[in-house]
Amino acid sequence: MIWLEKRPAPSRLWSVLSPFAAIGMALVAGAAMFAVLGHDPAEALYVYFLEPLTSAWSIEELIVKATPLAIIGVGLAMAYRANVWNIGAEGQLVMGAVAGSVIPVLLPGWNDPTALLAMLLLGALGGALWGWIPAFLKNRFNANEILTSLMLVYVAQLFLDWLVRGPFRDPGGFNFPKSVTFEGWHVMPAISGRVHLGTIIALLAVAALWVVLNRMRYGFEVRVMGSAPRAGAFAGFSAARVTSASFLLSGALAGLAGIGEVSGSIGQLQPSISPGYGFTAIIAAFLGRLGPVGVLFASLLLALTYLGGESAQLALNISGKTAQAFQGMLLFFILAADTLVNYRIHFRRPGAGEGSAP
Amino acid sequence: MGGREGNTPPPLLEVRGISKRFGGITANDRVSLTVRAGEIHALLGENGAGKSTLVKIIYGALQPDSGEILLDGHPVAIASPARARELGIGMVFQHFSLFEPFTVAENIALAVPGGGDMRELSRRIRDVSAQYGLPLDPDVLVADLSVGERQRVEIVRCLLADPRIIILDEPTSVLTPQEAARLFVTLRRLAEEGRAIVYISHRLEEVRELCHTATILRHGRVVETLDPRRETAGSLARLMVGSDIHDVHAAPPPEMLGQPLLHVRDLTLPASGPFGVALYGINLDVRAGEVVAIAGVAGNGQRELFRALSGERPAQSRGVVFICGRDVSLEGINARRRAGAAFAPEERLGHACVPLMSLTENVVLARHATGEGLVRRGFIDRAGARATAARIIERNDVRGGSPDKPAQALSGGNLQKFIMGRELDRNPALLVVNQPTWGVDAGAAAMIRQELIDLARAGSAVLVISQDLDEIFEVADRIAVISRGELSEALPASELDRERIGLLMAGAHETAGGVA
Amino acid sequence: MNGLEAFLLTVITASTPLLLAAIGELVVERSGVLNLGVEGMMVMGAVSAFAAAYATGNPWIGVVAGAAAGALLSLPFAFLTQTLATNQVATGLALTLLGLGLSGLLGEKFVGQPGVPLPKLDVPGLSDIPFLGPVLFGHDVLVYASFAFTAGVMWFLFRTRAGLVLRAIGVNHTAAHALGYPVVRVRYLAILFGGALAGLSGAYLSLSYTPQWIENMTSGRGWIALALVVFATWRPLRVLAGAYLFGAVWILGLYVQALGFGLPSQLLTALPYIVTIVALVVISRNRTLTLTNTPASIGIPFVPDR
Repeated sequence: MIWLEKRPAPSRLWSVLSPFAAIGMALVAGAAMFAVLGHDPAEALYVYFLEPLTSAWSIEELIVKATPLAIIGVGLAMAYRANVWNIGAEGQLVMGAVAGSVIPVLLPGWNDPTALLAMLLLGALGGALWGWIPAFLKNRFNANEILTSLMLVYVAQLFLDWLVRGPFRDPGGFNFPKSVTFEGWHVMPAISGRVHLGTIIALLAVAALWVVLNRMRYGFEVRVMGSAPRAGAFAGFSAARVTSASFLLSGALAGLAGIGEVSGSIGQLQPSISPGYGFTAIIAAFLGRLGPVGVLFASLLLALTYLGGESAQLALNISGKTAQAFQGMLLFFILAADTLVNYRIHFRRPGAGEGSAP
Repeated sequence: MGGREGNTPPPLLEVRGISKRFGGITANDRVSLTVRAGEIHALLGENGAGKSTLVKIIYGALQPDSGEILLDGHPVAIASPARARELGIGMVFQHFSLFEPFTVAENIALAVPGGGDMRELSRRIRDVSAQYGLPLDPDVLVADLSVGERQRVEIVRCLLADPRIIILDEPTSVLTPQEAARLFVTLRRLAEEGRAIVYISHRLEEVRELCHTATILRHGRVVETLDPRRETAGSLARLMVGSDIHDVHAAPPPEMLGQPLLHVRDLTLPASGPFGVALYGINLDVRAGEVVAIAGVAGNGQRELFRALSGERPAQSRGVVFICGRDVSLEGINARRRAGAAFAPEERLGHACVPLMSLTENVVLARHATGEGLVRRGFIDRAGARATAARIIERNDVRGGSPDKPAQALSGGNLQKFIMGRELDRNPALLVVNQPTWGVDAGAAAMIRQELIDLARAGSAVLVISQDLDEIFEVADRIAVISRGELSEALPASELDRERIGLLMAGAHETAGGVA
Repeated sequence: MNGLEAFLLTVITASTPLLLAAIGELVVERSGVLNLGVEGMMVMGAVSAFAAAYATGNPWIGVVAGAAAGALLSLPFAFLTQTLATNQVATGLALTLLGLGLSGLLGEKFVGQPGVPLPKLDVPGLSDIPFLGPVLFGHDVLVYASFAFTAGVMWFLFRTRAGLVLRAIGVNHTAAHALGYPVVRVRYLAILFGGALAGLSGAYLSLSYTPQWIENMTSGRGWIALALVVFATWRPLRVLAGAYLFGAVWILGLYVQALGFGLPSQLLTALPYIVTIVALVVISRNRTLTLTNTPASIGIPFVPDR
């Protein structure tokens, strides 16, 4: 049987090593999964993880896919550090996209750099407001924020569906449930190929949040409230304030990612604008051990799984759904590996220990 | 060794050469002792001496690394608490193992092996508890019981298994002096029935009054086994600590006291949750130059009062709490700090400090908004915090600490020195501290108590909330008693004795009054 | 069959998956563990049940497969949270994401395939009673099982010693451990039970409710079941009432649409999720109620001293 012994101080070694251990375990599990599906594991792993790194085009795609993951992930990492569980980033992403799209859809004539800026601000605002709802319900009514933020994802997606089939539908679009195609300054300027301004925003967000987390009082407040709430009260910090700030911040970033996707990658509003970025970003946050720089690398790795899924489907006819299965396994493994940071694991033959019930 | 008969049967309990290590720390080092039937055997030692570890081994909650335990002369393996109970060993823990939402009967049912009819059990509970002078109603929810009553549940639960050996871990720490006296009557009776009692305590007067034998532990080793009735408290203390404890010098209080630096008028607060204690009409003044102590048994509102004074829970209207003349009733803790106050809560790890954070960061914790410039425009001055931490460590003899070490790496005594040092470093006009030396070794405790007195004599006002009457009589100029959320008048220490304080703890606010 | 009869019938079918999953999770939470992976276990139960029934042509094998899949998937969650003491919120989320991903993978070949529905009970004589007959006696076995499980859980938790022990562990696992109870073992068993019931709930969806496999067909019911446990303050009878309340809301949307009030269909589809939020707010705002009923050690990892 296995038992845990608490370390006197968290292990620095394992803090760095655990994501790699998790990736290693996930690769082994992934190989097993491919084998069970009837494919050669080595070939599948190569096509999945290494091949996408070999061409410039796919590196670009990697960055494009990693961008929203990183933007959302750093915000979620800050929230989770404070023990504020925003699970509704996918919904905040949608509402940000909707809010930002108001300009191209309702004010198409306003098409200059200020319009783009306004779109981004509206996107952040939309996501922030949608994220504020669970925070308000938690602070005022003590309603569990995990469940409320998640329920709001479904509501947001249905709202988007209604919008693109109704008020936001392109009248000249042959009845397809899509908005007008964005043009000119309503589209995020490209940097290289498909990589657009969103990537710069992602890098800025990572840098800014690193500074906040490690050098500023708010980051200190987040770290204290997440590990010792009574000490936080002793410091004069307020749980309600941290809850609101965490949701507003992570919601704004998710909303920014949303408008970034719609304006940069897709080019119009449609019923499905995200392959679950808001949920995958949760994994990015944990894989990056809740630190902004870690989240950046984790986002690249997770983007690789998306790409790998696509290329494995094309090249080897492996189901594209393996990507999500793989991502889920990765989260399991990182959580398991993280145990080693705070505990030593002992193996022992069953013997004395837990008593039998009287 | 404490036996009363001549050629005797083997001792009821014998512990031989027990050793136990936790990581780098040796908690028990070849400990041996014997306990006979009918004996009340004290286990004396400071915090960290190894008493709790030893009894947990006897009770089967921990396994020794080496050594053996014998019952009636036969070696036994005690693999679990369940096995200990089968062998007739019962234990009453210092921190109760009770389930608050359940009734007394259900709580006891969970500790009694097998199933059994609940009605039958309830009947037995009524009978046994009454028989030993600790009456209980089986149908009451434990959540509704006072701390002293909850201890009765623990004891009765233990007694129902008809144990031959009963271990009690610091039982009087939660009792008024009168309740403690009643407990002693019960324990003597149990001993007369032929049971053996192992009594853990660090309260020397009690041990001298109650126990036939005492084994003294220091740093995990047995120092001596003797008859405490033939010793003085002083000699016992010296054996426990290993050197003369530096006596605390209380300078006589100044002739003229200054202004009340803490003024509390009619503070009333509802309970903050279903299990909290409400505060009723608290009136209190602490003047410059004096130490006022608030005595009370745990669970009578000390924490709630601390939070109301510190501002972690602001008052509900103005005109209730004044610090250095300023009305801070509605303000939070940092505003009160800026008004000149400093606070040291009861819980070192988790409240006064963040366990995983370094001492430097724990300086920032208490002092980021106190007007000293540790935070400028939202950015933390890390170098400044580090220098402050280093200064505190140096000036307060914080051993094993460095600015980058996490708070949880320090021992209780050293961490408490750091916490007190952190607040004293600001030269506060008012210091409010809750349980200043709980769980702290004697050397550090003496140092801290001296600091409290010195701070007051230098012109500050000091308020000490404590459950330790010895400590209170050592440091306090005036003493008030908190009971069920109400505060008695603060009288000069010279006018009070333990008896009277005990009565006040039980709720009587005059000397004539019913004993609960 | 008249309108009311049809309404009641559909309410019962809509409520059953919620009830099954919520009753299972209630036991888990009463033991002090928060398992947010209900949605993942449910959807894996759905796909496994469908696949097994399709492959064998026998829906009963599907039922067993569904329960087994849920229980199997709950094992890594149990291992991580109980043996490795990981954060229960994050691990539960991981379970959901894994379940959703795996089920999509496994179910790919079954999309669009015809289902193998569970037969409805046909009690000769009783089922023919007008109105009451179909409403009370015309359901498949899982509907009756949901009531049986509710009654069984109630009896177990409040009338047996084992149930008292489980509740005690949920209230104070440190004290329970000090008294010698096998905290980790009891929690493993509770988690497996919850997993099996979540899987069963999923099996009901793909074998009875809509006998098909559609990706993500659980549509958030697992999350609603979690909210249901909170809303019911961890009491089985209240879970039953709550499940039927939510089931009615779920069905209401469809009916209102059919009645053609002109409300957007998306709003009616969103109704269950909005009502869930409202229900959570209503029950949570009474902090005394939640504090006195929440199993106090819920979500706190348990690592005993040795």
